[in-house]
Amino acid sequence: MVTLEHYLVLAAILFAISVFGIFMNRKNLIVLLMAIELMLLAVNMNFIAFSQFLGDSAGQIFVFFILTVAAAESAIGLAILVVLFRNLRSINVEDLDHLKG
Amino acid sequence: MTWTSLNAGIALPEIFLLCATCALLLIDLFVSDARRGVTHALALVTLAITGVLLWCGYSPAPELAFSAMFVADPIATLAKGGMVLGVALVLIYGRSYAADRGIYKGELYSLTLFSLSGMMVMASAVNLLTLYVGLELLSLSLYALVALQRDSVNATESAMKYFVLGALASGMLLYGMSMIYGATGSLNVYEIGHRLLVGEGNRLLAVFGLVFIVTGIAFKLGAVPFHMWVPDVYHGAPTVITQLIGSAPKLAAFAFIIRLLAQALEGFAPDWRGMLIVLAVLSLAIGNLSAIAQSNIKRMFAYSTISHMGFLLLGILVANPVGYSASFFYAFTYVLTAAAGFGLVMLLARNGFEADQLDDYKGLARKHPWFGFMMLMVMFSMAGIPVFVGFFAKLAVLKAVVNLGMVWLAVFAVMMSLIGAFYYLRVVKLMYFDEPVNDITLSGGLGAKIVLSLNCLALLVMGLFPNYLLSMLNDAVVFSLPL
Amino acid sequence: MDMKTIYLLIPLAPLFGALVAGLFGWAIGRRAAHCVTIGGVAVSFALSAYVLNHMLSGGEAYNGTVYTWLSINGVDFNVGFLVDTLTAMMMCVVTFVSLMVHIYTIGYMHEDPGYQRFFSYISLFTFSMLMLVMANNFVQLFFGWEAVGLVSYLLIGFWFKRPTATFANLKAFLVNRVGDFGFLLGIGLVLAYFGSLDYAEVFAKAPELKDTTITLMTGHTWSLMAVTCILLFVGAMGKSAQFPLHVWLPDSMEGPTPISALIHAATMVTAGIFMVARMSPMFELSETALNFVLVIGAITALFMGFLGIIQNDIKRVVAYSTLSQLGYMTVALGASAYSVAVFHLMTHAFFKALLFLAAGSVIMGMHHDQDIRNMGGLRKYMKITWITSLIGSLALIGTPFLSGFYSKDSIILAVEASTLPGAGFAQFAVLAGVFVTAFYSFRMYFLVFHGKERWMEQGHHHAHDADAHDEDEHHHGLGPNDKPHESPWVVTLPLVLLAIPSLVIGYLAIGPMLAGDFFKNVIFVNHDLHPAMEAVIHHAHDAFHMGLHAFATLPFWLAAAGVAAAFVFYMVKPALPAAIDRVFSKIGVRKLLEQKYYMDHLYINGFAAAGRGLGTVLWKVGDAILIDGLLVNGSAKVVGFVASIVRRLQTGYIYHYAFAMIIGGLVFITVWLGVILGWFGPEAREWIGNLLYSRA
Repeated sequence: MVTLEHYLVLAAILFAISVFGIFMNRKNLIVLLMAIELMLLAVNMNFIAFSQFLGDSAGQIFVFFILTVAAAESAIGLAILVVLFRNLRSINVEDLDHLKG
Repeated sequence: MTWTSLNAGIALPEIFLLCATCALLLIDLFVSDARRGVTHALALVTLAITGVLLWCGYSPAPELAFSAMFVADPIATLAKGGMVLGVALVLIYGRSYAADRGIYKGELYSLTLFSLSGMMVMASAVNLLTLYVGLELLSLSLYALVALQRDSVNATESAMKYFVLGALASGMLLYGMSMIYGATGSLNVYEIGHRLLVGEGNRLLAVFGLVFIVTGIAFKLGAVPFHMWVPDVYHGAPTVITQLIGSAPKLAAFAFIIRLLAQALEGFAPDWRGMLIVLAVLSLAIGNLSAIAQSNIKRMFAYSTISHMGFLLLGILVANPVGYSASFFYAFTYVLTAAAGFGLVMLLARNGFEADQLDDYKGLARKHPWFGFMMLMVMFSMAGIPVFVGFFAKLAVLKAVVNLGMVWLAVFAVMMSLIGAFYYLRVVKLMYFDEPVNDITLSGGLGAKIVLSLNCLALLVMGLFPNYLLSMLNDAVVFSLPL
Repeated sequence: MDMKTIYLLIPLAPLFGALVAGLFGWAIGRRAAHCVTIGGVAVSFALSAYVLNHMLSGGEAYNGTVYTWLSINGVDFNVGFLVDTLTAMMMCVVTFVSLMVHIYTIGYMHEDPGYQRFFSYISLFTFSMLMLVMANNFVQLFFGWEAVGLVSYLLIGFWFKRPTATFANLKAFLVNRVGDFGFLLGIGLVLAYFGSLDYAEVFAKAPELKDTTITLMTGHTWSLMAVTCILLFVGAMGKSAQFPLHVWLPDSMEGPTPISALIHAATMVTAGIFMVARMSPMFELSETALNFVLVIGAITALFMGFLGIIQNDIKRVVAYSTLSQLGYMTVALGASAYSVAVFHLMTHAFFKALLFLAAGSVIMGMHHDQDIRNMGGLRKYMKITWITSLIGSLALIGTPFLSGFYSKDSIILAVEASTLPGAGFAQFAVLAGVFVTAFYSFRMYFLVFHGKERWMEQGHHHAHDADAHDEDEHHHGLGPNDKPHESPWVVTLPLVLLAIPSLVIGYLAIGPMLAGDFFKNVIFVNHDLHPAMEAVIHHAHDAFHMGLHAFATLPFWLAAAGVAAAFVFYMVKPALPAAIDRVFSKIGVRKLLEQKYYMDHLYINGFAAAGRGLGTVLWKVGDAILIDGLLVNGSAKVVGFVASIVRRLQTGYIYHYAFAMIIGGLVFITVWLGVILGWFGPEAREWIGNLLYSRA
């Protein structure tokens, strides 16, 4: 029997993976964008699980909004990535260190 | 849901702003680069009409719309008024600056107005969904705006940092929201607040959610340790965008905090108070200490913002209407002070010269006495020197903290402001007592200069008469909170 | 217009003028600058006159808060107005004299490059003075007090290129700091013990605290009321130039003459008198304080008069006479005859402003030579100035039926009737003062307006004067063949307009002000303990008889003797003064007077030098080594060091930033979930609870 806790733990694991993806990854910016997507999916998992468990549809509607926003977010993220690549000729995370101190 | 509960008239300012922004986006397609002034004027007219609609729609009692997803209460309306003003100042001060750097384009205006829509939705949202949508509308517009100067390494780098960290923060916020949803079974702020207060819902899940929500909020405010984006973004973004990020969204963040912490999570006030104490103490210390070591005025402003947000949190953690209204006052006056500060930096900047090094300000007062004096007023106000409004903002917050019995916190805040006074006064010293190093000329139109002068004088006048605004904001908080 | 609007407009009109002339003076030119400031003061005067009329026709006194500036722990710092008969009278005097001085300034300053600045300052002064007299609380009183002081310093040092002016400026500032320190302490005591800064509340509470004592040093208790009143009066001593804080006033004559008339004769220096009269419900409760006031006033009245005799600078003569007259007012306050003090304040404002402005007119006629030994016979050349000066001098010495007579005689009557221990000395002082006043006034009058035209005898007019004024362009004086001429109408008109009240105001006002109930409910006198006022009322009923009766009293004959002596010394036998001088020189009196009782020596070589010495020691040891070295530079070094470390945290790498956020989040989760789930031991829980859950 799959209970609410299982879903929550799965979501938490997905969330943790994405968080690790953000600060462990030192190479490719695109991996960062992927990690961010994964994080939003973890949240979606949470919402749907709660929604099902509570018998309340609002959580599922929230998920649609998150998906939409996530799409917009990736679009902007990729756009920034493109202009950054034009300027730096690199999408290496470690090269983003002009601003510090 | 019936359509009668739509009550869309309540959201008229937002609806108008959104329609007008879309119209502006289209109109701008047919405006040649040389006649960008049309877009500029239309944007200001849009803001003015939005302001008037807000004024007309003011009601002292909270009114709900869209099936209780949206509320127009005095806090929201006043905060929105401040945001409209803040954004208008951005457009006025930034015009010639933007023109010099090739970002005087339709996108600047439409994105700025979209970000304003986001802020306004944030201020009025009383549902986790609308809060999230408002926040994302603001954030996404800001990410794009920071990267608007496409050929600048600094701007694009800071946009990327802002984007990644912002997305991480909103992910955490959402995770927290999902926990709160799970704990209470509702997305409505009032409903959540009620259920948590009467002890329904899963306490463990709620605290779990609370931590993540506080994290998200702290990121938006730029409170330590969620502040790392602030200096880099302030530094890297074109100054006009820095002004936008540094002013009006602080009011949105304040309203956001009120909705989430004071209304939805009221029952957990002792818990989040503890978290905010940590955040505030760290922000005050790290913000002020790091600011001292800066040689770039935009970075210095960034760290000073962090310390100011520490003060803002001090008022909120008091968790009563007195504290909230003190924080509201702080946010409101900070918007004006920051707008004036960045406006002055842009007034000095020219094509190819950012005027963001502290050394660029040497001997300024001798060359341009009025400009120097305005900068002095801004610095004094930020440092919290009496008569200027910043002093009363700090005083109100500290009073609320002392009334709560946390004298040590107030003493700590005062000590940190003393350290902070050092770097503000250093700017004044550079302007008044040092020899000019390079030829200083002022850019910007007469209109911008006049508005800027009025803005700076307002810091003084509001300091002489702080009570009108203070009591107005206090009433707003008192009328808005209990429902 | 309702009354509140009028009360607001009265101070704001001059402020508006001051701001326009001060900020935009360079743009709008001289004419517009004086028009706007004069317009502002004229509006203010017209409204003040309306208010006075309103009060006289039985209007209600107003006491209300206009704006709450800030509120700290239940104590409000308000801007508020208390307008009663006392205030209304002061407002009229201030705005009238100010208006006259504004007009006069057009003529007096017309060559000066700081023309607009000057107008801006005097309008600003008018605003500050009005805020002071209209205050209904101590905070605003203190604001006005400091603001008039500030403008006064600005104006004393108006010709800031003269070293003497900047020295006088510094002196006025320092001496007033001493007074203001006392004043501030007094206000602090009021706040501490009365719990309010509002006049009405403080006065209502005063009788309850009559017998309260405070312990300043262990083993000694003082009456709270006495200490508070004396401290407040120390403030008045600074502002109203009472002995021993009088030293700044004569030097303040370095400022342009119009402000000597406005600030250092008619209005600002009387702020202390006004303040004590306003605080009468408190002073009445302390015999000690009243006695202190009485003695200080008497010393000032007599001994400052002596100094007037030996002065040769025309403005300094008038300045010492101002000091002495302020002493008279203070004596009246000490004798509990507050309304008499205020009455003298009013008449003095008119005739002393007149004398100063006339002196200024003479100085203009003499081309900025201020030495009366170079003058003489000016009556032929400056008719209006001569007549008005004569009126002013007659009023000052107390000629029956003139304004000064009524007020000064009332003071003498009050002192006679006073039962305070110091009253005997005070009575001697005020009577002797009458003779001295008449003598130096007419000495000046005869030397300036009568006798030979001495500037013609001066071969080289600069040779006479070892004064430091010489290097200044303003002091060139008349050549042997020049003829002085009458000043323009903008100068003489104010003289004439001031001469009229100097003649009649006493006769008209004494009945209502002293005998009537003009000051009823405003000034509080305990008639059982302090019978002085009763005696005055007895005489003041009938102004005409009081005037007639004067010819049979001692003060009149003393004044007449003074005039006669001056006539003999300076008209009949000019050699006599020199002879007497020699005698006095031998016994050292001359030197004593010349050195102004060595007060300046005491302050400059004593206090100031000791202060500087102490300061140097503290600076070298305390400041340079301890504070600069250890505290400031030391802590600055620590802060700078910490800052440079903290700065390194901002590495520039996204993953570090994200890591910081996640660590922050993890700490929160650990602590808060830990508290709920009970991960920590009881001690840790208590510690966390105390630190983070500190509940209200």
